[in-house]
Amino acid sequence: MMRPAFAVVAFLAVIATGFWAYRENYQTQNALRELRDLQGDIAALRESLSVQRAEWAYLNRPDRLRELADLNFDRLGLMPMDPSQFGHIAQISYPALVPLTPNLTDAVSVSGTEDGGGL
Amino acid sequence: MIRTPLRPLAQILHARAHGENPDSIQRENARLRNEAARDRARSRAEFRLLLLGVCFAMAFATIGARMGMLSSSVPAEPQSAASGAEVAAGRAEIVDRNGRILATNMTTNALYAHPKIMVDPGRVASELAEIFPELDAADLARRFTDGRSFVWIRRVLSPEQLQRVHDIGDPGLLFGPREMRLYPNGRLAAHVLGGSSFGAEGVASAELIGTAGIEKAMNDRLSDPAQASTPLKLSLDLTIQATVAEVLQAGMTMMNAKGAAGIVMDVHTGEILAMVSLPDFDPNDRPNPLVKGDAADSPLFNRAVQGVYELGSTFKIFAAAQAMELGLVNPDTLVDANAPMRWGKHLIKEFKDKNYGPLLSVRDVIIKSSNVGTAHIALMIGPERQKAFLKSLGFFEPTKIELIEAPGAKPLIPAKWPEIVTITTSYGHGMSASLLHLAAAYGAIANGGVMLTPTLIRHEGPVTGIRVMRQDIAAASLSMLRGVVTDGTASLGDVPGYEVAGKTGTADKPKRTGGYYKDKVINTFASVFPVSDPKYVVMVMLDEPVETSSSEPRRTAGWTSVPVAAEVIRRIAPILGLRPAVEPIPLDGLTAVSN
Repeated sequence: MMRPAFAVVAFLAVIATGFWAYRENYQTQNALRELRDLQGDIAALRESLSVQRAEWAYLNRPDRLRELADLNFDRLGLMPMDPSQFGHIAQISYPALVPLTPNLTDAVSVSGTEDGGGL
Repeated sequence: MIRTPLRPLAQILHARAHGENPDSIQRENARLRNEAARDRARSRAEFRLLLLGVCFAMAFATIGARMGMLSSSVPAEPQSAASGAEVAAGRAEIVDRNGRILATNMTTNALYAHPKIMVDPGRVASELAEIFPELDAADLARRFTDGRSFVWIRRVLSPEQLQRVHDIGDPGLLFGPREMRLYPNGRLAAHVLGGSSFGAEGVASAELIGTAGIEKAMNDRLSDPAQASTPLKLSLDLTIQATVAEVLQAGMTMMNAKGAAGIVMDVHTGEILAMVSLPDFDPNDRPNPLVKGDAADSPLFNRAVQGVYELGSTFKIFAAAQAMELGLVNPDTLVDANAPMRWGKHLIKEFKDKNYGPLLSVRDVIIKSSNVGTAHIALMIGPERQKAFLKSLGFFEPTKIELIEAPGAKPLIPAKWPEIVTITTSYGHGMSASLLHLAAAYGAIANGGVMLTPTLIRHEGPVTGIRVMRQDIAAASLSMLRGVVTDGTASLGDVPGYEVAGKTGTADKPKRTGGYYKDKVINTFASVFPVSDPKYVVMVMLDEPVETSSSEPRRTAGWTSVPVAAEVIRRIAPILGLRPAVEPIPLDGLTAVSN
């Protein structure tokens, strides 16, 4: 009674593990293939990143920036840094005061809030 | 199991009935029992030994099999390991102190040919000659057809050229990947960076090696694969470098000079923020060194490091500082300055045969730049002590800057040191050193008397140096140098708000044949700013300048190098984040309230 049942269970277990191993094998191979593709992508992206960094440095070279600032002087008005450009905090004027014209018809606005909004 | 008793009752009774000793039965049974137990223990131990032996045999067999497999299999890159940036970078980048790129690598292609598999060598040769004007079609065709199986054609290709070569469409033309060194800023800092070229070359890759400047001096660091992904951080500041180069270029043109050099150094760390030498070159397309003539005429020549010149009156402050350090004088001591001074067969004169004497205070000797006064101070010090002091300031050895050219630029020191050399050296004639030497020595005065090694590599944390003079002596020397700018020969060097101190130096250029040129000078201005809290030294040198705005040409440093240095300081100080000491615009009390 006991023995045939055990044999059937063992047979099913062999089939199940075989199926599982088959699937794992193909999944691993797929993962490795995907990894290879990704690493190729990463290498290509790294290469283009370094090219773009070089291009960024080339486009931002001081000679070119100076020429561009001179060309666009009408619009930008950029001058070389100069000692007279240092200011003092007291030279900055206060922001213009907002005129106090409360809307008296709006009761909520007139009553005000705790943090100073409204009236 | 049923245990056999030691004294079975039936046998005991039987033995007693026969008058035998029942104890012998017991002993016999005990013996049998012991033997059985011993046999069991032995077989168990044997089994364990066997098991252990099998385990060891299996383990060793596994290791042996694995070793055999490893040694016979083809090595493969691990597929699942993460790749790092170091795979991409062959040679480390060079960046400035703010991380802006000074040198980087770019992927490009080399072109080579396999003539054996070429379809139509004649057509390929003529089309290649069309793409690359420097190639000769007939020569190429000859090389393609004389039986060799491999020909290098170009080391690097631009993408456009690559496409055009592709369009020829011959299977015998092949491309090899190349890492190319790129200097995106062009001429900027060319002398510091130097240049690079290909070393060992193969089809699949080529080694990049430095050929000059820091690329060669730090070649081991830059080509170290372990550090390839960490850029080499220089102490240079690209913005400062560009500004100094721009101002020097303009100054060189205005002063009709043949060449110019400038150094900006942080006095507390010895870091060089800018090092400019003009004329310069493009390190992406490094010119060949001159095969004949003076190497100093080549744009490759780094005037700031390689050029050793007589630095003129900039040396006077060292004599004054040393005399004060030794307690021989103080700033107000009067010294003999009666010109001209006769020493043996030599006559020591002042500029334009002036006479500042008969007596001058040490302070005024520096401010008026009196040769005779300095000579008398130097004679008080004496040759031995003067030599020792100049040696401690580093004037007797090449600088230790990280450039391959530096060890070759040895200062020119007189072989003997009689008193006349003491006199001439005190005002900067007779011995030659580079501008970088002067920057380091002025740095020591500026930072309170500590001699630091100038460096091009960014340093984190404090640096140590050797104390060469007391702090109060350094401060007194600085105040004299400030006097030179406020009341003396460098009055054009004053930049409002930045308290510039400095000393001018004008030296006649020596002829190759001996003697000196009358109308060719080297003008130097060595400056420190701001005096109240010295942070930077600025060195400006002009080669053969002449200022022609007035009726007679002027060749003194006060008219040439000084205004250029002043403009350098005016431009770089705000970039360095230094506020002018005085408020530029007087405050208007009413601006505090708007409307």
